[in-house]
Amino acid sequence: MPEPDPPQASLPDILRVFTAMGLASFGGGLAGWMHREIVERRRWMSEEGFLAGVALGQVLPGPNSVNLALYIGQQLRGVPGAAMAFIGILGPPFVVILGLALLYSWGTGVAGFAVVLGGVAAAGLANSLATGLRTARRIRDLSSWVVVAVTFITIGLLRWPMIPVVAVLIPASIALAWAGGRARG
Amino acid sequence: MAERLVALLLVFAPLSLVSLGGGPSIFAEMQRQAVDVHGWMSAGQFTDLFAISRAAPGPGSLICALVGWQAAGFLGALAGALGLYVPSSCLLLAVGHWWRRRGDSPARRMIERGLAPVAVGLIFAGVYALLQADGAGWLEMVTLALCTIALLRGASPYAVMAVVALLYTGLQQAGAIGS
Repeated sequence: MPEPDPPQASLPDILRVFTAMGLASFGGGLAGWMHREIVERRRWMSEEGFLAGVALGQVLPGPNSVNLALYIGQQLRGVPGAAMAFIGILGPPFVVILGLALLYSWGTGVAGFAVVLGGVAAAGLANSLATGLRTARRIRDLSSWVVVAVTFITIGLLRWPMIPVVAVLIPASIALAWAGGRARG
Repeated sequence: MAERLVALLLVFAPLSLVSLGGGPSIFAEMQRQAVDVHGWMSAGQFTDLFAISRAAPGPGSLICALVGWQAAGFLGALAGALGLYVPSSCLLLAVGHWWRRRGDSPARRMIERGLAPVAVGLIFAGVYALLQADGAGWLEMVTLALCTIALLRGASPYAVMAVVALLYTGLQQAGAIGS
């Protein structure tokens, strides 16, 4: 299926988009923000390319959201692109968090906004959940659904260690995709 | 001072490379190092810093900057952040470089098709884990459900966050939630 070339992302574009996401992403859910801004709105990256980044970012050590930002920046524009994404996603929040720490050291209570925070964190999570549901809707074949379910149950519900689980699941899932591709082709 | 900066780097750089699955997997060790091993702060202070890191935008792992700040001021915050982010970032870029060079080959397409369902499962697992870590009650669950529906129907996440923050602030001021 021929696809139109994705729009080119310039380095300032990458910095701008990731800075906005860094400042807006209260309560986490950064993968959701990135999916919306990078894949849906700007079409800088395909859905499959993005999801490969999600998996890669989780499997490799390091904070998932920072890993995903680095991956997106690098796939778009190489190491300079990754640097822009890194600065954008971490720089402004770094300044904000130190500002909050300063308020805290002046004796401002942090317990007061814990309740509001709980709500905002839930809204942030909704972003990730919506992304998961949106991408899940595109999954057609049964074998892929089995992989989704097994991944969620073992890592989410049963809390099995992630690395051994994905070390088995990823090759199995690739083999299934390959077999499925051959059956269709 | 210089010793503390080195100590911060030595605490966070190894954590960077073992932080599989992201921030939550290393918070416990971070707390042990900062409170018990180095005595940079009390357990209560660490809990407060955790709350601050949840209140700020950006990745939750930025608590590393707060720990560094508490231990050694602004330079400490920088040392904590660089220590936690640089080692894992280098590794990711190395793998990403190799991946990018594959280009649009059929093999890469196949790998991406296989990774996709694992990634979707991991997204759901991550939401579930964070809900548990936050100790979400019925109010948060309802918020999550309503926000998800709104987002799936195309609402802007900026608007959703703003509405929730205003609503919760109003409810709290009215004494309906919290204490």
